Amino acid sequence: MASFLLPKLGADMTEGRLVEWLKKPGERIERGEVIAVVETDKANVEVESWVAGTMEKILVEPGDKWMPVGTPLAAIRTDGVEPVAPPAFAQAPPPSPVPAAPPAAAPSGPALPGERLRASPAARRRAEALGLDLASIRATGPDGRITLEDVEHAASAKPAARPPADRQQRMREAIATAMSRAKREIPHYYLSTVIDCAPALAWLEARNRDRPVTERLLHGVLLLKAVALALREVPELNGFWVDGRAVKSEAVNVGVAVSLRGGGLVAPALHDADRQTLDELMRQFQDLVTRARAGSLRSSEMTDATVTVTSLGERGVESVFGIIYPPQLALVGFGKVVERPWVVGREVVPRPVITATLSGDHRATDGHRGALFLDAVGRLLSAPEKL
Amino acid sequence: MTGDEIRGKVVEILGQVVPELDPSELRADAALRDQLDIDSMDFLNFAIGLHKAFGVEIPEADYRQLATLDGCVAYLAARIKAA
Repeated sequence: MASFLLPKLGADMTEGRLVEWLKKPGERIERGEVIAVVETDKANVEVESWVAGTMEKILVEPGDKWMPVGTPLAAIRTDGVEPVAPPAFAQAPPPSPVPAAPPAAAPSGPALPGERLRASPAARRRAEALGLDLASIRATGPDGRITLEDVEHAASAKPAARPPADRQQRMREAIATAMSRAKREIPHYYLSTVIDCAPALAWLEARNRDRPVTERLLHGVLLLKAVALALREVPELNGFWVDGRAVKSEAVNVGVAVSLRGGGLVAPALHDADRQTLDELMRQFQDLVTRARAGSLRSSEMTDATVTVTSLGERGVESVFGIIYPPQLALVGFGKVVERPWVVGREVVPRPVITATLSGDHRATDGHRGALFLDAVGRLLSAPEKL
Repeated sequence: MTGDEIRGKVVEILGQVVPELDPSELRADAALRDQLDIDSMDFLNFAIGLHKAFGVEIPEADYRQLATLDGCVAYLAARIKAA
């Protein structure tokens, strides 16, 4: 039997509201199938199951109640196969107003401010899932150890409902919490480089010229593919910071920052961006942006991004130095394509150029590796036919 | 198809791309991109909508003629007539 918990659908999510069940007790569930719709501060998200089996029991009915991340929503009778763990993102510690709790090894004695905390592994996992700070939980176990019961007690003491606020306000609060945490905890370093876009734009113009409008590519797709391939060359930038160390991801799932109408943004993932053709990536990108703006994303798209790409060039910005989206290790930015004097051979000629930037996590990488990454992006964009 | 019919259809397609669009506030001679805060993906979806609704192919080189509502109407009228 597996518990279906309210998932953490982004670093900025601590609570959610169950909007709808798409499965009834007794119905078959395939792994990856959407079984519920959950409202977050940013969107309504279709939540997929990580296990295959049968819906055994629904524990929470849809309603107005906002619940902490990790709340059991249903029980699923599994097929007897070990559940596949959700991605690292979903397991990452939630935003907290204080530094994350220290790892399990801890001295004995009661948990006092400034001291390391003792907690059972189950209690620690549950507290993380619920978004609770261990330091705020009263311990009743032997030697001041925090027990699972202590965590549950603390969770039940949290207010279940909260004052109504419009989504825009809640989204701003969620972004503020996540970005404040990122700025506080991640030692960012920033790099930038100017890339000659002439080869990519010329190739794109020729490629789109004879294609119907439904089959055209956007310049942004070339940038996304170049980033994805460059991450293969510098994989230390692709992954998560989990439990005090960098964990590389085999998959290159590029999160795309999408501005929402009315304000705010989301950064859903383009899965396996490095393995897709430009046409495939374009179709997925188009679908993702459309659904992001319609408020119809899936949970895997909200949790699987291993890096984020943001582009503000369409509004005239020449460069963007973004804040890394925890627990990712890097954020890549692109600005506007502008005409600049460029030296070609022994001549100075006007060329369309773009500024690419990297915000890197200094705990995971150094500027040297970041520089290699940006160099790879530029090199890949100089041969667009190979993307 | 009259100019008014084309205009009405163009505004309808714009509304599919920009759901919060208020047609009464749309200036026909001002850039759509600036008025509606649309990006290249929105514009591509708009062009696809026009292509499907009017049955005309819209080369990328012609995009600049679709910068305003008036521009869209004039361009589409000419394309429909030529078809």
